[in-house]
Amino acid sequence: MKLSVWTYEGPPHVGAMRVVTAMKDTHYVLHAPQGDTYADLLFTMIERKDARPPVTYTTFKARDLGSDTAELFKQSCKAAYDRFLPKALVVGASCTAELIQDDPGGLAEALDLPVPTIPLELPSYQRKENYGASETFYQIIKMLAKPAYKTDKVSCNILGPTALGFRHRDDVTEIERILLESGIDVNLIAPMGASPDDIAKKMGRAHFNVMLYPEIAETTCRFLEKEFGQPYTKNVPIGMGATTDFLSEVSDLSGLGKMNSDKTRLRADWWSRSIDSTYFTGKRVFIFGDATHVKTSARIAKEEMGFEVVGIGCYNREFARSIRSLGEDLGVAALVTEDYLEVEAAIQNLQPELILGTQMERHIGKRLGIPCAVISAPFHVQDHPARYSPQAGWEGANVIFDTWVHPLVMGLEEHLLHMFREDFEFNDRAGPSHLASHNNQPIVGREDNTNDQPKDFKTQGLVWEKDAELELKKIPFFVRGKARRNTENFAKEKGVSSISRETLYEAKAHYAR
Amino acid sequence: MNISSPLHAKSGCSDTPILKERGQNEVFCGLTGIIWLHRKIQDAFFLVVGSRTCAHLLQSAAGVMIFAEPRFGTAILEEKDLAGMADAQEELNSQVEKLLDRRPEIKQLFLVGSCPSEVIKLDLSRAAERLTLKYAPTVRVLSYSGSGIETTFTQGEDACLASMVKTLERTEASELVLVGALPDIVEDQFLDILKQLGIENVSTFPSRTKSTAPRVGENVKFILCQPFLGDTCEALQDRGASHITAPFPFGEEGTTLWLKAIAKAYNVDSSVFEKVTEAPRNRAKKALEGVSNKLSGRSVFFFPDSQLEIPLARFLVRECGMKALEVGSPYINKKIVMPDLEMLPEGPVISEGQDVDSQLDRCRKVKPDLTICGMGLANPLEAEGLATKWSIELVFSPVHGYEQAGDLAALFYRPIKRRELLKV
Ligand code: SF4
Ligand code: SF4
Repeated sequence: MKLSVWTYEGPPHVGAMRVVTAMKDTHYVLHAPQGDTYADLLFTMIERKDARPPVTYTTFKARDLGSDTAELFKQSCKAAYDRFLPKALVVGASCTAELIQDDPGGLAEALDLPVPTIPLELPSYQRKENYGASETFYQIIKMLAKPAYKTDKVSCNILGPTALGFRHRDDVTEIERILLESGIDVNLIAPMGASPDDIAKKMGRAHFNVMLYPEIAETTCRFLEKEFGQPYTKNVPIGMGATTDFLSEVSDLSGLGKMNSDKTRLRADWWSRSIDSTYFTGKRVFIFGDATHVKTSARIAKEEMGFEVVGIGCYNREFARSIRSLGEDLGVAALVTEDYLEVEAAIQNLQPELILGTQMERHIGKRLGIPCAVISAPFHVQDHPARYSPQAGWEGANVIFDTWVHPLVMGLEEHLLHMFREDFEFNDRAGPSHLASHNNQPIVGREDNTNDQPKDFKTQGLVWEKDAELELKKIPFFVRGKARRNTENFAKEKGVSSISRETLYEAKAHYAR
Repeated sequence: MNISSPLHAKSGCSDTPILKERGQNEVFCGLTGIIWLHRKIQDAFFLVVGSRTCAHLLQSAAGVMIFAEPRFGTAILEEKDLAGMADAQEELNSQVEKLLDRRPEIKQLFLVGSCPSEVIKLDLSRAAERLTLKYAPTVRVLSYSGSGIETTFTQGEDACLASMVKTLERTEASELVLVGALPDIVEDQFLDILKQLGIENVSTFPSRTKSTAPRVGENVKFILCQPFLGDTCEALQDRGASHITAPFPFGEEGTTLWLKAIAKAYNVDSSVFEKVTEAPRNRAKKALEGVSNKLSGRSVFFFPDSQLEIPLARFLVRECGMKALEVGSPYINKKIVMPDLEMLPEGPVISEGQDVDSQLDRCRKVKPDLTICGMGLANPLEAEGLATKWSIELVFSPVHGYEQAGDLAALFYRPIKRRELLKV
């Protein structure tokens, strides 16, 4: 038993959902209780997906246990096939169903459906989301991909992008563009956008594979190298240096020689050399996330921004060794943990000037008053932007430059802040001027602040009675200011000088629309 | 014992045959209740004994993680716990010990069962008894199930409150208890009105801390603030308290009838009742006026979620002039929602349970002007052209009582208004 408060990764079947949801014509029948359907909202809310994930949950209840959960699974599986007519069916169990041992794979096979069924055995009590995604992708490829003649022109597959991946949607576009500019056809992208048919017919035709996200695609890449003789790239093209290395790797694998990728759209290199960026020099950063994004970020931070990396870490143990050795190279301790409190303690201890992390570190940063930029999943709805914003490739380098710089105080402004340290409204706790109310106070306890009290409180000639004031404090802090203003305007309008609880509610009713 | 509602004539939807559905349920499990219960009960910690899925559910449903170290957590079962029972009980002991060392402000600890802990038959009630003995009198340890195989969404709160009933002290005194976790602001408004009505000794359940818990006995009456508290209701009745039945306090009408049922049980003079409620009633009516004409004539379809569906449909139909097409509820406890059912005019399909795909078919067919559903369904339905309101907001925001009547209607109007506003 391990006590967990916030987790970086979901259970392995959520990883399976990420793969299946990214694909076309594929459906997942998951033997699971009703509460597990929460996973749908990760996709429909965080990623704003406009369709339900292609997942059918059996939602067995206590009354079904022991009697006919297996039968229920078969019925759900059959009904899901009839309704959605997928070209391949993935079946598996969530943590609870794993305990009742109904064997979804065997049950699905017994239905004798006219499409391939791919059974998943994901050990829910040992492994996590990334493993689930990796294993699901591998099982799908192993079952469906067929050897094929290579394309006439040099081509590759891009492997690893899934639903709910950090900027996967845009990374794929950017890398595809770079490859096309370099004269290499993209044969197939998977799992994102691939159908079972594509995988069967096209996967084997590529000359080599691009392993975009090792967490998800490494197992599959190894398999394809062995079975289909497709070598794969090891450099993840996030950052300018990494993208250059990636291209030389591609050049070797394709035998095409010089790569002609159009670098004119890259601005981050000059932005970083320009004098305004001088103030980045030696800024102390702490980096935490999935191993791949941490590794690429560490290189960018050091070589492309001129920061000082003061600590790194990752939450996926599968990559612990590589993160530890990176830590040794950088001369810093490497933290490998899933415990968010440990990460918080490390940050508190190191007091970096910038955190590069996940949604969790964003919260740690908020609490400690340290700026943070998000570089890795898990992320929240605001880190899934509408605009094109890859991390990979040349445009990715531009995006990263902008994103990391955004929470920092800009060049000259920083000097002014130092000069006027003691100024009551212009001090270094006020934060960057381009960010609205960047409050260095910890969020906890915010509700008890009464700093939403207007300065001209007295001059308005209005008095808040005690009970009205108390009532006002019960209103959530983010609308409290508005409630106060409305009530005061209402009172002035009515010519009332003392605001009671009644007045507050009269005003509320008055403004209700 | 039941103190009957002011409504006697059977009418409305009380005899409408219920469409019972079995199939995929797209609803949270009872663990979700922890998200509001841990804010309400300020000296409690909720320790879920479950899997990574349970931890992930809590985190995803909470949506925001403003609390660095919230008063809930999940003891995640690992392979070695699944092997032998003795082991798991010991593991639990040591987790609890670590936790209470770290958080000395905790006075009540709930061990919350999940699907995995139930399937492996981990006996949390035994663990709770043992731990209570160990940590008494400082910390009281209770257990309940929030598992998805036993409970649906708000039933988690029911299970939690029901588990506390046995700990309530006995009293011979005449007292009134308001049952159900309400936002503080709403709770205080109700307490204030009851005080003005001259009703004394009123307490709330759950109380904000262990030391202010209500007492229970033959002279205690209670009223439910939420329709999903069936087990808690029975447990209180088993301890001699009597249940005041009433429609639920949504909207001006619902709130008035709810308060009236209490007033009647305490023989409050009707002139006093009129006098005390007049101003807030008028405010509620006024606030509703602005919104209800915008909702009037529009149709509404409820997917099952919190069991608030029937009372809310009653409010939307009677006070906002909407037309209910289907009112789905995960579970319908007629004993509790009968007053609301009787007042809900005939017409809508009343469904219980869920087969989500066929319900979606029904919904698409009738094309409601507004669909109330969970977050997993809302964006997909919007993309298909239906206006939606996510139901979880109805559980998380202050919507009961007079002063919130206008807000409640506005919640339903917002998605419609937005569609009218947008030119994209
Ligand atoms: S449905 Fe069961 S397994 Fe799933 S989150 Fe709820 S309690 Fe945990
Ligand atoms: S504060 Fe930000 S990161 Fe945290 S839950 Fe809200 S949107 Fe997500």
